[in-house]
Amino acid sequence: MGRYRQNITSYLIVGPFAIVLAFPFYWMLITALRADNDLYDIEQVPFKFNADSPTGANFRFLFEQTDYGKWLINTAIIGAAVVLITLVVALPAGYALARLSGKWGQGVGVGIFLTYLVPPTLLFLPLSRVIAELNLHDRLWSMILVYPSFTVPFSIWLLMGFFKTIPPELEDAALVDGASRLGALARVVFPLSVPGILTVVIFSFSLVVNEFVYAITFISSTEAKTISAGVPTELIRGDVFYWGALMAATLIPAIPLALLYNVFLNRFIAGFTGGAFR
Amino acid sequence: MATAVGAGAQSRRWQDIFEERRFLGPLLIAPALIFIALLVGAPLILAVYLSLTDATAGGLTGEWVGFQNYLDAWDDPIFRRALRNTVIFTLVSQAIVLVGAGFLAHALVRDFPGKWFFRFLVILPWATPVALSTVAFLWLFHPLYGVVNWTLTHDIVPGSPAFYPYEALNWAFARDFWPSWIQISPIEPIDPPQWLGEPNLAMAAIIFAHAWRILPFATVIFIAGLASMPPEVEDAAKIDGATGLKKFWYVTLPLQLPIALVALLFGIVFTATDMTVVYILTHGGPFNSTHMLTTWAFDTGINSAALGQGAAISLYLLPALAIVAILMLRFARKAEVT
Repeated sequence: MGRYRQNITSYLIVGPFAIVLAFPFYWMLITALRADNDLYDIEQVPFKFNADSPTGANFRFLFEQTDYGKWLINTAIIGAAVVLITLVVALPAGYALARLSGKWGQGVGVGIFLTYLVPPTLLFLPLSRVIAELNLHDRLWSMILVYPSFTVPFSIWLLMGFFKTIPPELEDAALVDGASRLGALARVVFPLSVPGILTVVIFSFSLVVNEFVYAITFISSTEAKTISAGVPTELIRGDVFYWGALMAATLIPAIPLALLYNVFLNRFIAGFTGGAFR
Repeated sequence: MATAVGAGAQSRRWQDIFEERRFLGPLLIAPALIFIALLVGAPLILAVYLSLTDATAGGLTGEWVGFQNYLDAWDDPIFRRALRNTVIFTLVSQAIVLVGAGFLAHALVRDFPGKWFFRFLVILPWATPVALSTVAFLWLFHPLYGVVNWTLTHDIVPGSPAFYPYEALNWAFARDFWPSWIQISPIEPIDPPQWLGEPNLAMAAIIFAHAWRILPFATVIFIAGLASMPPEVEDAAKIDGATGLKKFWYVTLPLQLPIALVALLFGIVFTATDMTVVYILTHGGPFNSTHMLTTWAFDTGINSAALGQGAAISLYLLPALAIVAILMLRFARKAEVT
C-alpha cells in the first residue's frame, strides 16, 4: 500500500513537469508533419492532423530547398575536429591533475574549471577581430580553432573526475611488473576509462552543436554555417516563416542527442561531481 | 656506431623524464594551460584593452580613452534597462529553476515504474541545441498560429458550459488590486496577446523559455547530490522519527545545500551571460525594452561596429562572474577539507 502511495506521489510531481518540459517537442513534431493548408488555417484544431496532413513535405523542403544538409555536415566536421583537439589536450591534463601533481593539482584543476565560466559573450568581440586578422572569417577553421576554448576546460574537469575513480594501485601493479608509466597508462588506465572518454566525446560534441554566439559572429556566408546559426538566421526571414520546416530542423538534432544524453547521463553525473565538490 | 650510442642515451634521458612524476605532471598539463591561456586569457585581456580604447570593427587598435566607454555606457538609458533586465532575468529564472529542480530531483531519485521514460522527457530540453529550441518558442508564442494563444481563446473543455481559458485569466489577473507588473489588461479573443511584442510579456516569455531549458540541468545536478547522500543518514533519520517535511528541513536540506549552491552558481553564470534566448526571441525588442547586457554588447560591438564600446558593456558582467568564481573557489576548498 505504502509503495503504491509513493508511486502515485512520484507521478503527481514528475507528471506535470514532464508535460511542461516535453510539450514543446510534441508541438514541434506535430507542426513538422502538418501540411501548409492545415498549419496556416486558424479554424483547424492545431493538436491533430487535418486537411493534407500528415506529410513529409516539410522535411523534403528542408533538405531540397535550404542549405540545412550542408549545415549538418559543417556541424559534424567542426564537431569531430573539436572533439579530437579536445581529447589530445584534455586527456593528458586530466590524468596528470588526477594523479601526478599532488597538492597543487587540485588548485590548478579548479582554476582550469573556472575558465569554463568565462563566457563566449565576454570574448566574442576581441576574438572576432583576431579571426578577421587571421583571415579565418567565414571559414570553418575559425570555429575549429576557438571552440576548444570551452570544450577543453569542461573536458579536463570531467576526465579528472573519471581518472580519480580508477584505483592507482592498478597502475602501481603494472609499474612493478616492469611497465613504463606511459605503458601502464595505455594498457591499464586507458581501457578502464573508455566509458568516461565516450562521455566527454558526447558532451563536448553537444557543446559544439549548441554554440551560437561565436557562430553568428565569425560566419556570415550561408554555406559555412552550423545548424545552430543557420536555422535561426537563414530560415527566419522577415515575415516569411517556414514553421513546418523549422520544427523539423529542430527535431532532427534534438532526438538523437537526447537519446545519447540518457545513455551517458549517469557517467556525466559521476564525472561532474567527482572532480572536487564532494 | 658512436651516433647510435648517442641516440640511445638521448632516448634514455627522455624516458627518464616520462618516469619522473616531477616532470611528467607539468609536461602533460602544459599543453592545456598554454591552450587556455591563448584562447581564454589573451582574449579576455584584449577585451579589457579594447574597452579602454575607441577601437572600431576596422582594426585591433584605437585611441586610448580611459574609462570613457564605461561612463558612456552607464549614461545610456538602454544600457540601464539592459542591466536591470539582466538582473531580473537571472534572479527570476534561477528562483523558478531552484524550486522546480528541488521537487523534480526528489521525485526522480526514487524508483517507480516508467521512470526511464519520464527521465527521457525531462532531459529533452537540455539535450536540444538552445538556438533551435528557442526557435520552437517563437512558434509556441506566435500571436496568430501559436499554441499558447490558440489554447487561450478556444473552448478547450468538451461539453457545456463553454470554458475559455482567457476568461479565467481575465477574471484572476485583470483586476486593479494587483501591482502593475502583475495586473494584465483584459485579453480579447480577436486581439490575443502579442507575447513577444509587449515589454512585460516578452520578458516573461524570455524567462520562461530560459528556465525551461536550464531546469533539466539543475535537476541532474540535484539528483547527483541526492544520490551521493550516505544511506546511514537516511536510516538515522528514520530511527529518530523524522519524516516528510521535518526530514526535508532538518536532514535533506542542510545536506543538499552545497550541491544546490553549485547548481545555483552555474545557473547564474549560464543565465547572466546567455545571449541566445533573447537574441532569437526578441532581439532586444520591442523598442530596446528587453535587451540584456549580452545582446546590447553584441548590437553595439558587432552591428554598430563600436568594438571598444561593446567590450565595455560586456565587461560589466565581469564583477558578477568574479564573485561567482570566488564563491566556487571557497566552496571547493571547504569541500576538500571535510
